[in-house]
Amino acid sequence: LVKILPNLGLGDRIPSHQELERMEKEEAGDRPKWDNKTQYMLTCVGFCVGLGNVWRFPYLCQSHGGGAFMIPFLILLVLEGIPLLHLEFAIGQRLRSGSVGVWTAINPYLTGVGIASLLVSFLVGMYYNTIIAWVMWYFFNSFQNPLPWSQCPVNANLTDLVSECTRSSPVDYFWYRDTLNTSTSIGDSGGLQWWMVLCLLCAWLLLYVCCLRGIATTGKAVYVTSTLPYVVLTIFLIRGLTLKGSLDGIKFLFTPDLNELMNPSTWLDAGAQVFYSFSLAFGGLISFSSYNSVHNNCEQDAVIISIINGFTSVYSATVIYSIIGFRATERFDDCLEGNILALLNAFNLAEGSIKEGNYAESLQNLNGTFPETIQSLDLKTCDLQTFLSQGVEGTGLAFIVFTEAITKMPVSPLWSILFFIMLFCLGLSTMFGSIEGTVVPLQDLNIFPKRWPKEAITGIVCLVSFVIALIFAQSSGNYWLALFDSFAGSIPLLVIAFCEMIAVVYIYGIDRFNKDIEFMIGHKPNLFWQVTWRFVSPLIVLVIFVFYFVTKVSSNVTYIAWNPSSEDFPTLEVLEYPAWIYVIIFILAGVPSLVVPGTAIFKLIRRCCSNKNVYGAEVDTVSAKVQMFTTKMS
Amino acid sequence: MISYVFWGSLALSGIKEGMLVWILFLLCQVGAPALAQDLCQRDAPNGYKVRISLKTALGEDAYEWNQSEMFFFQATMAFAMRRHFQMETYNVDNIILCVQTSRVSFWFVVTSPDNTTMLIPKADVEKAVRMSRHRINNAFLLSDRTLEFLGIYPTLAAPVNPDTPPWLIVFGVVIGAVCVGIIALLISSLLQKRRKEKGMTEDGQDEEDMQVKGVENGINLDGTYNRGFTDDDRFTKL
Repeated sequence: LVKILPNLGLGDRIPSHQELERMEKEEAGDRPKWDNKTQYMLTCVGFCVGLGNVWRFPYLCQSHGGGAFMIPFLILLVLEGIPLLHLEFAIGQRLRSGSVGVWTAINPYLTGVGIASLLVSFLVGMYYNTIIAWVMWYFFNSFQNPLPWSQCPVNANLTDLVSECTRSSPVDYFWYRDTLNTSTSIGDSGGLQWWMVLCLLCAWLLLYVCCLRGIATTGKAVYVTSTLPYVVLTIFLIRGLTLKGSLDGIKFLFTPDLNELMNPSTWLDAGAQVFYSFSLAFGGLISFSSYNSVHNNCEQDAVIISIINGFTSVYSATVIYSIIGFRATERFDDCLEGNILALLNAFNLAEGSIKEGNYAESLQNLNGTFPETIQSLDLKTCDLQTFLSQGVEGTGLAFIVFTEAITKMPVSPLWSILFFIMLFCLGLSTMFGSIEGTVVPLQDLNIFPKRWPKEAITGIVCLVSFVIALIFAQSSGNYWLALFDSFAGSIPLLVIAFCEMIAVVYIYGIDRFNKDIEFMIGHKPNLFWQVTWRFVSPLIVLVIFVFYFVTKVSSNVTYIAWNPSSEDFPTLEVLEYPAWIYVIIFILAGVPSLVVPGTAIFKLIRRCCSNKNVYGAEVDTVSAKVQMFTTKMS
Repeated sequence: MISYVFWGSLALSGIKEGMLVWILFLLCQVGAPALAQDLCQRDAPNGYKVRISLKTALGEDAYEWNQSEMFFFQATMAFAMRRHFQMETYNVDNIILCVQTSRVSFWFVVTSPDNTTMLIPKADVEKAVRMSRHRINNAFLLSDRTLEFLGIYPTLAAPVNPDTPPWLIVFGVVIGAVCVGIIALLISSLLQKRRKEKGMTEDGQDEEDMQVKGVENGINLDGTYNRGFTDDDRFTKL
């Protein structure tokens, strides 16, 4: 049916079915193995379920028509997420190698795909662990009552509260000033913030202790890091439902607006969310699945993990919005109380004469009789819907909106500790996959001498990442992180995923792949998989990529900055990036993407220049003890 | 006092003059409150407005604000003035209240004990109130926010600065545990490797010796085994 591109020597580069059976029986090789299936499943769930499920999905859901967003999300989950997941699992399990090993085995010119995965895992891991450092900072600060972000600090003369805080809010002040000590622009570095450096150090050391021996240690850690978030979410759900206004939040989240389905950006955002939420194209999933036994049912695993991921997104959205509903109701009540107090004070009316019920009526009466006084009072408009739709995403949700909601709950330190432990576990389990996606390709590429133990390589990776991640500990660190998030973790992943699918379907050969799966799990993949692997999923990824690329290139690249001396303070200021940032953007997004064709060209040139035509690379990787090559005299 | 004057004036002068003096005195007595009213009025230059929010502070336990409470306020203010000046003896009469509303809010001024027509300046009253603010609040079971003296801002509590910030303590604990974990794991890895090497050298020595001595297929061959052709089997397979 589909003409596969010529791919000579494939049979020599990969272990045959008989060899796989033999390796399975003899348990040959020093390739790591999962202690049990639960560890594998928990690790994959942990890798997929991350901070994005908690702070990106609820925002998308609410801003794209609530309950109606479920429709594109679920459709794309089935058409894009599950097939890609199954593909990565199957290819890893079949070829028993990390990302570089797998793609090199399929075709030596495809090594670039593996290297691109390595670079993306490395870059994303750097900034992701910084977010974990922030989470740890908040966690450390949660062991006091009252919480430091619940009230404004007093200024130096003890005459008044700090003005930057009174103009914005205590949570904003604690985030932008006490935590980040943010500068006013990305160019103004402001020096390293020592407390942030300490938290960053702690985060990297903690990650190192968990990843020290590869899956031998992470496999134990995931029993806690993958299950604890669900426990905490449930506790928060129960707590949230007992608070006033939580049901308003949940209703607001899920109220469907079917008109949003006509909007293409809804579908694009749903597709992007499914894609990024599955942590595809990092290489970590391929690596994890390669430690499985050959006959593990990867199809079932892919479906189960996809369902768990989708369920977690919806569940955490419910919890988050129950708390946001509570916060919005509190804000509304405070706003109304403030207005009522202003009216009582201005007109010397008895307390309790104006309540929430008769507020509108009383205001109208008073406005009729004393319009000038009412004007001078400058009353705020209190609208619950406005407060609910102050939908924030990302770090703003966790560190500003949610922390504010927590300060309004009784026994705040307890909820704060629980919340930040949950975020920490979510982030750490994703980092395991990131480290796996960085360390294993490095071993495969023989960058380090083979006799160096895994502990040393992991240590070097953590050390180098920590040193480079010190950029994020500067005053302008927040802006750098946003830059990394927009560019390192978006375009290259789409490119890699697209190449992965083309590689497996058209270069490796879908027929061979089908036979492999039949060998591994006992039955051939059905029509659904065939259609999605060949056409549907690559098409969806291509469409998302094109739209993302066009949007990013055509729009003015701007960022938002915290500037106390700006006019609209506390609204964040929109600034344009300086010219030299474009070099950084190119390094972040361009280099990983260009490495894919670049490596191919490099290998082509090397082959043409050398006398011997070495076809079929010597794949002497630690992760795949397959050493075969033929030399053809040209 | 009135009757004393009355009888006195009656005795001193004739009944007619006594009546005149009596009428004049009565007018003075009537006028005195009017004079006091002139001293205390809304936006009085030396007066303060007080606002009390009983329901906000005490909810259902809120007591009723009546004349007795007003008297109590006068007494408390007199106490505050006495406490501040320490020499002059202020009395309840020196605190004049007016412009009561149902909010509850009212204005008050403080007159000097020596001269009831002279008002104590605003600044001195403020000092007195600030000094005894805590006692005044507690007398009424209220707080700075619910018993407001408009114009006198409450002094902010000095921030409690612990010697070590609490976050550093937690940080220390976590990083200590992590470092211990890393060292423990690294040492155990090292020990495992040493054990493996020791075990291997004992077995491996035998194997190597056998190979070197040329033991193949259980037959002792002379000469040493040339490893250079170990992998040749692949190329020489039929």
